[in-house]
Amino acid sequence: MKLHEIAHSRSGDKGDTSNISVIALDMGDFAFLAEHVTADCVAQHFSKTITGAVTRYELPTLGALNFVLTGALGGGVVRSLALDTHGKSLSSALLEFELPDNGASSGSP
Amino acid sequence: MRTIRIGSGAGYSGDRIEPAIELAESGNLDYLVFECLAERTIALAQQDRLKDPQGGFDPLLADRMKAVLPICRKNGVKVITNMGAANPVAAAQATRDIAKALGLTGLKVAAVTGDDVLDQARNSDVALDEGGSVKALGNRVISANAYTGAAPIAEALAGGADVVITGRAADPALFLGPLVHEFGWAMDDWDLLGKGTMVGHLLECAGQITGGYFADPGVKDVQGLARLGFPIGEVREDGDLVVTKVAGSGGQITRATVTEQLLYEIHDPVRYFQPDVVADFSQVRVEEVGPDRIHVTGGTGTAKTGLLKTSVGYLDSYIGEGEISYAGVNAVARGRLALDIVRERLTLTGVKMTESRFDLIGVNALHGDALAEGRDPYEVRIRVAGRTDSLAEAVKIGNEVETLYTNGPAGGGGAWKSAREIVGVASALLPESVVAPRVTFMEA
Repeated sequence: MKLHEIAHSRSGDKGDTSNISVIALDMGDFAFLAEHVTADCVAQHFSKTITGAVTRYELPTLGALNFVLTGALGGGVVRSLALDTHGKSLSSALLEFELPDNGASSGSP
Repeated sequence: MRTIRIGSGAGYSGDRIEPAIELAESGNLDYLVFECLAERTIALAQQDRLKDPQGGFDPLLADRMKAVLPICRKNGVKVITNMGAANPVAAAQATRDIAKALGLTGLKVAAVTGDDVLDQARNSDVALDEGGSVKALGNRVISANAYTGAAPIAEALAGGADVVITGRAADPALFLGPLVHEFGWAMDDWDLLGKGTMVGHLLECAGQITGGYFADPGVKDVQGLARLGFPIGEVREDGDLVVTKVAGSGGQITRATVTEQLLYEIHDPVRYFQPDVVADFSQVRVEEVGPDRIHVTGGTGTAKTGLLKTSVGYLDSYIGEGEISYAGVNAVARGRLALDIVRERLTLTGVKMTESRFDLIGVNALHGDALAEGRDPYEVRIRVAGRTDSLAEAVKIGNEVETLYTNGPAGGGGAWKSAREIVGVASALLPESVVAPRVTFMEA
């Protein structure tokens, strides 16, 4: 299943760095997200898109993860040649991430 | 315990105006804040000011002030904004003149200056985060503005200002300023300053917390985005926050909308660097306490660093672009052929580019080929963009796309081109001691 099924996301920009939040639609799925959406997975997912590193921060009280991607915005919003200079659509790209199907997702015991 | 109500009337320079009018009319507000400055805006505004000494502030300032000042006067709402951009004093004078013309006699307007640190940055030859230095950029440097804090805004309010206009104040400081003023928070109470920064961070993008920038049909549905209500923060003296909006306005405030905005443009949630405090959002809790009423707790902070982020604007380069569309059977193949033709033409004609991209909009323009694999659209739009050292070279890029009309693949339509100068922005850290904020008052 795609990450889109159990999480929502928003991305923001600061210079050439993008942050992408991944927030469980159901708090009960947070542990599953934390286990399967690692910094390495995200770096792999964006390997053709970014030039820098990925750092993950965990916010269990919010059921959220926050990924910080450096070298993600073609030099940053002010000078990037890209169509989406802010990288605002990166959140949607991350929600394409494939997760293993999981009995623990929303509603299941 | 006292509570004050702060409305957020704009999330960026070009934002809708009616939601701010609605807030001023029906929000039962104490303050209405307009956050209108992005990283590059102030450098562009500085260029405007060089052309016109009375220019260099937000182009929508007059429209916004005319729309809300009479209502704010009637309802006792004070206005705080960074629409001063590169020229807060001229913006304040323009606001005073508007107030006079509207018959709002005695309205007191304050301009906060001191964020312009171009001389200091040049003299101390500041190093840039991106590498290099201000000195190395030489006469390409246009502007240097330090992110200033809440203190001068609180000072302006203490001096009786009805309207406070800043330049490059940090966005959350526009909200923290009135909290410091109203509640007398000490400028070394890191916990309260952290809580106040969280208030500002949540509210500063206006509609982004009330259901704007959130809808995903079937998964996250939002009603009434065409008449989206902007947010109100009800802030208690101890920093406790409820986020809400005007009843009957469009959009929604939920745990999910608030959580998305809390993490927006945040890196390490334990260390959100601000001029007045290092805010800590890592233990925040978000709880629905009523329809469109979200209680947010757990924000805090630690001691400020004593360094101010400074944005340095400089003349960077030129970008030329061209686009054209293809549709129907074989559209993607014709789009790819078109890109190949333009690539070859740019080489043949010797256009000097330092960087370039060749995109198929609808296929790979946003995230490259890897994520798009196996999905074929009905129509595609090719896009060629290149960076050059002169405008004349940049113009050639769009021209080579346009000539696909009569020289390229079958059925190309809707060609478009542009060439423009690019103002870059680099970041530096300056000690706060080199920045001296100043408040200037004037009266209608």
